[in-house]
Amino acid sequence: MLDHILSILIFFPAFAGIMGFMINKESMRAYGTAVAVIEFALSLWLWFAFDNNVSGMQFMEHIALVPSFGINYILGVDGISLFIIIMASFFTMIGIASLSPTHSIKNMIITLLFLQMTMIGVFAALDAIVFYVFWELSLVPMLYLIGAWGGPLRIYASVKFFLYTFTGSLVMLVGMLFMAYFFYQATGVWSFAILDWYRLVLPESFQLWLFAAFFIGFAIKVPMFPFHTWLPYAHGQAPTIGSVILAAVLLKMGTYAFIRFSLPLFPDASVFFMFPIAILAIIMIIYTAMIAYAQKDIKQVVAYSSVSHMGVIILGTFALNVEGISGSIFLMIAHGVVSGALFLLVGVIYDRRHTKLMSEFGGLAHVMPRYATIFGLMLMASVGMPLTINFVGEFLSLLGFYQQSHILTLLAGIAIVVGAIYMLTAFKKIFFGEVTNEKNKNLPDVSKRELLALIPLSIITVWLGIYPKPILDPINNSVEAVVQLMHNKATSPEAKMRIPNVSGLVITKTATKEAH
Amino acid sequence: MLSLANVSLESLNLITLAPMLIPVIGALFILVLDIIKGGLDKSLYVVISILFLALDFGALLESAGAFSKDGIMLGIFDVMLIDGLAIISQFIIVVTSILFIPLALTNKRFHEFSYPEFFALFLFMISGFQFMVASDNLILIFVGLETASLALYTLIAMHNRDKSFEAAIKYFTMGALAAGFYSFGSMVFYALTGSIEINQIAAVLEANNYADIGFVLIGVVMMLGSFGFKLSVVPFHTWTPDVYEGSSAAMAGYMSIVPKIAAFVVAMRLFEFLIHANIVWLEVVLYALVVITMTAANIWALVQSDVKRMLAYSSISHAGFVMAAILIGTTQSNSALFIYWILFSFTNLGAFSMLWISRQKELPGYQKTDHSFEKFSGMIKTSPMAAIVMGLFMLSLAGLPPFALFWGKIYMISSAVTSGYTVLALIMALNSAIAGYYYIKLIVFMFMKDPIESNIDNNGELYVANATTALKTIIGFAIIGTVFAFLALDSLLEFVTAFVYNSGY
Repeated sequence: MLDHILSILIFFPAFAGIMGFMINKESMRAYGTAVAVIEFALSLWLWFAFDNNVSGMQFMEHIALVPSFGINYILGVDGISLFIIIMASFFTMIGIASLSPTHSIKNMIITLLFLQMTMIGVFAALDAIVFYVFWELSLVPMLYLIGAWGGPLRIYASVKFFLYTFTGSLVMLVGMLFMAYFFYQATGVWSFAILDWYRLVLPESFQLWLFAAFFIGFAIKVPMFPFHTWLPYAHGQAPTIGSVILAAVLLKMGTYAFIRFSLPLFPDASVFFMFPIAILAIIMIIYTAMIAYAQKDIKQVVAYSSVSHMGVIILGTFALNVEGISGSIFLMIAHGVVSGALFLLVGVIYDRRHTKLMSEFGGLAHVMPRYATIFGLMLMASVGMPLTINFVGEFLSLLGFYQQSHILTLLAGIAIVVGAIYMLTAFKKIFFGEVTNEKNKNLPDVSKRELLALIPLSIITVWLGIYPKPILDPINNSVEAVVQLMHNKATSPEAKMRIPNVSGLVITKTATKEAH
Repeated sequence: MLSLANVSLESLNLITLAPMLIPVIGALFILVLDIIKGGLDKSLYVVISILFLALDFGALLESAGAFSKDGIMLGIFDVMLIDGLAIISQFIIVVTSILFIPLALTNKRFHEFSYPEFFALFLFMISGFQFMVASDNLILIFVGLETASLALYTLIAMHNRDKSFEAAIKYFTMGALAAGFYSFGSMVFYALTGSIEINQIAAVLEANNYADIGFVLIGVVMMLGSFGFKLSVVPFHTWTPDVYEGSSAAMAGYMSIVPKIAAFVVAMRLFEFLIHANIVWLEVVLYALVVITMTAANIWALVQSDVKRMLAYSSISHAGFVMAAILIGTTQSNSALFIYWILFSFTNLGAFSMLWISRQKELPGYQKTDHSFEKFSGMIKTSPMAAIVMGLFMLSLAGLPPFALFWGKIYMISSAVTSGYTVLALIMALNSAIAGYYYIKLIVFMFMKDPIESNIDNNGELYVANATTALKTIIGFAIIGTVFAFLALDSLLEFVTAFVYNSGY
């Protein structure tokens, strides 16, 4: 069964979703939770069976789909994708379990299960076309989630979300077709397999164009600074579960794809674009932090802070060394946990008051002490307090980039500190002071159902903040292989210098793995 | 004195005619049957048509076998040309017809289906299209084209509503103009080369090194105008939305597939050798036509308020997309054209059938046209299955993976990429993004808006009012073709590429 565990992980939720049409409406949430728990258990099993010492792909599956055009169904995980897959199944689980009652809940749960299929598919796919299939398919359930259960502007927000990402990924698709064509020219065989593409060394001019094509697709998904305008609408209008999954998992597709595609395929172009992208990332960190400060709506604050932290992830990725990339992958997990939790927390207060405006609140710490505590913890994690999960990732990312440029790192570091201001202000507005609004006097504290989602997240936040090793080790292993591959493939002297040579040992390991 | 030429029956190679003659015999059979016993039910005629088309399909299999063994076949004084293009396109024509004809078995009564002549004309039309693709003789192509078109005009008019007459007349007028262009273009080529066989024309022009390039230009422009009308290429597209709106959804769906593939094959035969002769202005003109057709049609489609008109513009845009294959002119692009069209036919069959089963006889007040967007609002709440199926076809048309059209799209864009048309590839990709909006618009109406009061009461009956088992079966075929296209893709790709390559395209 372990040979096909990835396929099972991908298609089990979809199959369960189809079967879900037969379930009675009243029992639907229990059914959804049960499926998600099984799925999460399977993903934990995947972790258990995962060999931490191997840097290459594991649990590979290979089925020919369209061999004459080089499209194959290839799956595999390494340290980079493993934890994102686990996080995706984890968030679907707690998302469904803590779902507050809403209309047509049956459709919503089926949609979530389909969404889960696409999310895991993206992170497990090792064929560009299969990757693209899941990448695009993930838009549809999200479109429906935002459009059917969102706020008053939901249709505008959902269509904007769809069109933005759809446009970007079509440009990326052209890039993929070019890549396959170059592979065909070099070897005489069509192939869309990513591991095959890794072996291809392209001249720098081609790399620059292809990098740009892929960049548009990924940057819109992340979303990076000039392309970020769809995200506040999507977050602002989406139901809680939609925001949670969007922030925790869907955005990670973009940053993950940078590491999976852009860096190893185009090392010279990555070095060439390193500083422009770093500057964009820093603009993104500072600018969105400033916008966040000006927001009146608590959910928008969280949304912009989420974009701001994605900037740090990008910065770490484009440090192009082991510390930076490992840090950025760890930060992806951390960002998922923390911003997912923050969106859940916003959802808690929204369910009670049906408003998200900060001016409506104040002094909630007296009324809802447990809520205030968890919120405070997540907020500390979000601003990067040491001993919380975000700190590890941010520190490593910045440490990585420090080796490339001192000044930019300093700027980014200051920006993160400044970022603390808006979070603390928001916290002050909501929780401290006297209870001024009559409606807030008798708010019930977090219920058991909500704690079910929030307590595991709090535990993870602290646990991985203190002891990140179990996750960091496998990530490091795979990242070393990626960096070594980039170093070997780099053609320009500057790229050779910027991308460190990790060690000779790692290459032989990947090489034997690829030979399988 | 004319003396009788001594022609042996052998050399005529009559077997090449078999696939076209079968539908003709079928049509005559239906007419004779009507004379012997009138007032028979439409289901009988549907089944008889299907049976004859199945025989036709069998004959095509025979030719396909012969082609893969002996290569290109000529027959009847070398007027018939059975090559890979002819065979693949005839497969598309016949199979699509088999899938479309059962759409006549509706729940509601439409009077055109009560005439046996409808089915006879339908079969005549198929035979016309088959003649058109299986020849490189400009006169026979013309005869096939006109046989098919005249039958088609009549079929549209038989729908018997005000708008259908308008549509038929409009289509007829435009078609007549196109026929004029065609004959004028053929005349120019004949005057230039003394031949009406496309391969002869190519050979003569090649031999004198395109000396009279000015006259070639006139001929090509005339031909482009003529096929522009048939393929609904902008700016010759103006009839399309009105004709689609006026004809029944089943007929409109049929028109979006079969006449166009026939015209594409002729265009491929005619323009390919000119493209390969490196005539720069032809490339420029075709490039402009392709880009304008794709883009403008997409933009018009954005503002439509009726789903059928939206699909009409979308089919113009798809035709523009596929026209790119003729511009690129490699084996890969020509194969991509056929693959795209095969996949497109399944998806469009589904989309138009879904409109067809929701066809009402009388329109409620909130609905200005047969299939206005408002009609579909909140469909997920009243009839979820139909909404999901319709959404599926829309996603496929938008080119979302893993549904049928996505594969056609990547193969087509890939063919642009491999022959160095980078900008064109990007334009094609971005056009898919524009198109995404109007397909999503229908999904927005179906899934995200609230249903109209009267629809809640009758439980979404409206959306399946016209459905019967036969129609549902056809939609089932369309769903299978759309969702599981990727399973058949590899064998399809190999089959089509081999046939196209062996015909020298």
